[in-house]
Amino acid sequence: MSRPFVQATSSGELVHSDDVFVPTPSEPSTSSVPLLHAPRRARVANRKATLAAFIAAVCALVAVVVFGILVSDAATATDFMAKNLAPSAQHPFGTDWMGRDMLLRTVAGLSTSVLVGLLAATVSSIIALVLGAAAALGGKRVDAAVTWLIDLVMGVPHIVLLVLISFALGKGFWGVTVGVAVTHWPSLARVVRAEVLQCKQAGYVEVARRLGQSRVRIALTHVFPFVFPQFLVGLILLFPHAILHEAAITFLGFGLSPEQPAIGIILSESMAYLSAGMWWLAVFPGCALVGVVLLFDVAGSCLRKLVDPHSSQE
Amino acid sequence: MARFLIRNAVKMLLLLLAVSLLVFALVSVSPIDPVQANVGQAAYLGMSEEKRAQLSEYWGVETPFWERYVSWLTSAVQGDLGTSLRFNAPVSEVIATRALNSLALMVVAWVISGALGFVLGVAAGANRGRLLDRIVKGYCFLLASVPTFWLGLVFLIVFSVQLGWFPFGFSVPIGVSADDVTLTDTLRHLILPALTLSVVGVANIALHTREKTIDVLESDYVRFARARGLTLWEALRAHGLRNIALPAITLQFASVSEILGGSVLVEQVFSYPGLGQAAVVAGLGGDAALLAGIAVMSAAIVFFGNLVANVLYGVVDPRIRKGAVL
Repeated sequence: MSRPFVQATSSGELVHSDDVFVPTPSEPSTSSVPLLHAPRRARVANRKATLAAFIAAVCALVAVVVFGILVSDAATATDFMAKNLAPSAQHPFGTDWMGRDMLLRTVAGLSTSVLVGLLAATVSSIIALVLGAAAALGGKRVDAAVTWLIDLVMGVPHIVLLVLISFALGKGFWGVTVGVAVTHWPSLARVVRAEVLQCKQAGYVEVARRLGQSRVRIALTHVFPFVFPQFLVGLILLFPHAILHEAAITFLGFGLSPEQPAIGIILSESMAYLSAGMWWLAVFPGCALVGVVLLFDVAGSCLRKLVDPHSSQE
Repeated sequence: MARFLIRNAVKMLLLLLAVSLLVFALVSVSPIDPVQANVGQAAYLGMSEEKRAQLSEYWGVETPFWERYVSWLTSAVQGDLGTSLRFNAPVSEVIATRALNSLALMVVAWVISGALGFVLGVAAGANRGRLLDRIVKGYCFLLASVPTFWLGLVFLIVFSVQLGWFPFGFSVPIGVSADDVTLTDTLRHLILPALTLSVVGVANIALHTREKTIDVLESDYVRFARARGLTLWEALRAHGLRNIALPAITLQFASVSEILGGSVLVEQVFSYPGLGQAAVVAGLGGDAALLAGIAVMSAAIVFFGNLVANVLYGVVDPRIRKGAVL
């Protein structure tokens, strides 16, 4: 199916996935409807650039986590001689009311948040895989049950459900992790279910079945390779959500305890100092959080472009 | 049509029942001991064994889970959700006063984000690949990564602390009796939280509308309209907008859950006395009755939004209305 002059629209399941790096047409189109495009230049370089962006994003994230673990002791070091300092060359992010360096605190906090987010999102994706596959393969009853469960979990707003679960588990690390893990699977489970169903109806699966291949073999050789890329991309795009919700629930006071370095703690503590004009306590850590989340997003959408057969030609 | 409505309503009621069970179970397994939480630490220590046993019987510690759930549910259906510890008032009363504040906030944010997102999405889709499209897409891409509560903090810093345009929080001025609060006061306190919620809510609807606009513009009927000599905007207005608006409206109703979730965070940042802030107070203070009440209430709002989305789809889309696709 080649459409050389009409740009294909990819309407994926997850948003902000498609062509973020739209190559500009070499000549401006005279028509007001951009139906006709000049042929794309440098197709191969595009793919290489995507791969490079993916690797760079992953490396940056690993660097943040490793650096955060390394400085976790220095981040809690107090120095009352240097408290409430505005950002300067010595303390790029300023210092707080206990003289702790905000840059170190932010990095340590990000590292904690990323690790909690990774753990929770991974567990969540496993739940999604199991339930999604069960819905698609287990017959009508199982499908109805899983769909109903998805509706149920999606019916309660994420934050409210997180507060409830955290309340039930007595707050703290496990409250957040379990909470994020059991609330984030529905959208990915839907994707997995749809993908497996689509694959099940494909001609090659039907042929394999007629040829007498066992169900397990079909699942391993045909269905799994078809679903896995989508699952992997879905997993990576789950990380930013998990991290944002971890930060949010910690910010509300239900997550990690105040002595742990966490971005939510830093931001909720900063609230008390905003009216005193100490803007750097909130602005820089928040920007850093946005940066980390964006990096995960970039990594996820690059990976999607690389592994998704529908968009790998773009 | 009637069957369609009834089926959706029944489905919603069943889900709501399940949510109430889930909420009650979660609140019940909490390690917080109701006797200790209700009488307070000091009173609990100085209390005799018999008194403790009497109270634990009163709070139903020994009663099996199902009995407690059924009795809670029966009184909840009759409008009695128990008594809130933190606010020292019936839960239904607390929810009623708070819900008014929250609804004002959410409705304003919901309308603004929907309208703005739709306009931005259509504009971006119609100008695909140009500067405007890139700006809108970049904005949506960025906002998907911005935590709502942090955006609220930044707005507070910029507009309240630095510029002094808006008050620092709460829903009414401090030190003014309730009767003297004017509508302008209320609005001034509403603007910043509503703005925060709207700005975040735009991303989803704008991206969706953009995709839809591009699909419509590439359709045969728009191409034919353009061939007849209609300009892009004429073709969009006459043939596109209805097709684009339908899924957008549905999506906006289905996104009530996100706006509600966001409002919890925004209310906390702006100390705005709404449902979300009450839920946080209840959760932190071990006020199980209030927490359960608010959770069920918020689920009801979300399900109502989804129900409206489903029904609207059925009513507005002629294909579904005539039973062709169901």
